[in-house]
Amino acid sequence: MISIFYKILIGTTLVGITTGIVGCFTLLNKQSLLGDTIAHATLPGLAGMFLIIWQKSYCLLLCGAGISGLAGAYAVDYITTATKLKKDAALGIVLSTFFGMGIIFLTIIQKCEIGNQAGIDKFLFGQAAMLLHEDLIIIAVLSSLIIATVVCYYKELKIIIFDMQFAQTIGLPVQRIENILLIIIVTTVLVGLQTVGLILMSSFLIAPAAAARQWTNRLEITIALSIIFSLFATTTGTILSYSYPHVPTGPVIVIIATSITFVSIIAKSYLSRS
Amino acid sequence: MKPAIAIKNLTVKYQNNPILQNFDFSVDTGSLLAIVGPNGSGKTTLIQSIMGLLPSTGTIAIFDQPSVTQRHKIAYIPQRSSVDWSFPASVFDVVIMGRYGHLKFGQRPTHIDHQITQQAIEQVGMLDYIDQPIGQLSGGQQQRIFLARALTQQADIFIMDEPFIGVDMVTEQIMLDLFRQLKSAGKTIIVVHHDLITVKKYFDFVYLINRKVIASGPMATTMTQENIAQTFRGTIDLHDLNFL
Repeated sequence: MISIFYKILIGTTLVGITTGIVGCFTLLNKQSLLGDTIAHATLPGLAGMFLIIWQKSYCLLLCGAGISGLAGAYAVDYITTATKLKKDAALGIVLSTFFGMGIIFLTIIQKCEIGNQAGIDKFLFGQAAMLLHEDLIIIAVLSSLIIATVVCYYKELKIIIFDMQFAQTIGLPVQRIENILLIIIVTTVLVGLQTVGLILMSSFLIAPAAAARQWTNRLEITIALSIIFSLFATTTGTILSYSYPHVPTGPVIVIIATSITFVSIIAKSYLSRS
Repeated sequence: MKPAIAIKNLTVKYQNNPILQNFDFSVDTGSLLAIVGPNGSGKTTLIQSIMGLLPSTGTIAIFDQPSVTQRHKIAYIPQRSSVDWSFPASVFDVVIMGRYGHLKFGQRPTHIDHQITQQAIEQVGMLDYIDQPIGQLSGGQQQRIFLARALTQQADIFIMDEPFIGVDMVTEQIMLDLFRQLKSAGKTIIVVHHDLITVKKYFDFVYLINRKVIASGPMATTMTQENIAQTFRGTIDLHDLNFL
């Protein structure tokens, strides 16, 4: 039987690897804010699912979160195509509407005794200490699926991000690949929900990739560095959060990750000047 | 001669406004053709419709076959400004993308794909830059790697959108030499071009368009002052045309 600490560490390591990889694609595809909207949009699904089942089944809660996260992403798409609104407005509208709805559900849950004990609110800022054995299996399955998909579709993802029009002219199913990327991003958010929490998930998705981007001009190396930075953040964050149980994991991990980004940006500009 | 591309009754709309209406277009195999017209005349719309990038009505035939099944025979070179050049990739990474259309899902480029890519990079004179990040290239060099990427597609028709904008003289010469080589290999080259001074020198055939075909045919007989004036009416000072 693995000790609780190592269980948590395995969980956060998986989160680190997955977000390290997917963050690069999100950043390069200029979808950072979409990531933020998706993460916030998972709340009504997550809390709504709890209101239906009234028990903390991690698998079902993630299903609910995934559905509303995807619905949020498609809502952004719908608003930009069906109205004259630009993407930033659509992102803002969807994020606040979905998150607002989620907070209402969460307030209802908190008012009930079972709900209060279930600790659904811990998904807001993440609490890695709450990871159960079953949760770890789900995280491992989802992470493996994400990594396998990225490996399989690597060249397709690369080309649609760099030159979508060209990809279309050589006969690639661009719409399908875009949908796959969207599902990958939503699933990555789900993987990090328990550890990093939905509010700070997008920062954690972007920060390691943004730091890695300062050091290299090759996609493969960007991804490798992003994984390393991300793992550093999750591991230190987990150790700190484990040592001080009242400290939520998400903010600690995000602060470490963003610190790496700031140091990278400053070091890069200093090095390129000298 | 069999037309490389034959278009009948093409209509393309943007937000319900027709950009091109009942447009007919035909280009013979082995031609070096320029599409010339003022801004907003539908040049890019025309080539994007051929590539299936815009919804359109009418028929587009490529080598007498429906375009949907034949697009792999066309290599499309978009405007350089259409992509983000800060993307983390090397010259080789971008040029090999031209081979992706020949590969199955999940299939990695083979040794042959690598060879074809290297050869194309050499043809555009960029072998010394093969591992260089694309963000560090000049405008002309970027244009050359787009051309190299198209070469790796081993297509029969090359369609380019304003390839001469903002490029240096070396690039210009390399592109012109390549056009001649491709033409003598029986390939068809269609280029959206805006420069009225160089068009006569670079191309053999021309389509003058402004939402509709104003004139088309061999350069010498088509690029008349009258046709140019009609194409560019209201957009340029007609006295400026005296030098042509």
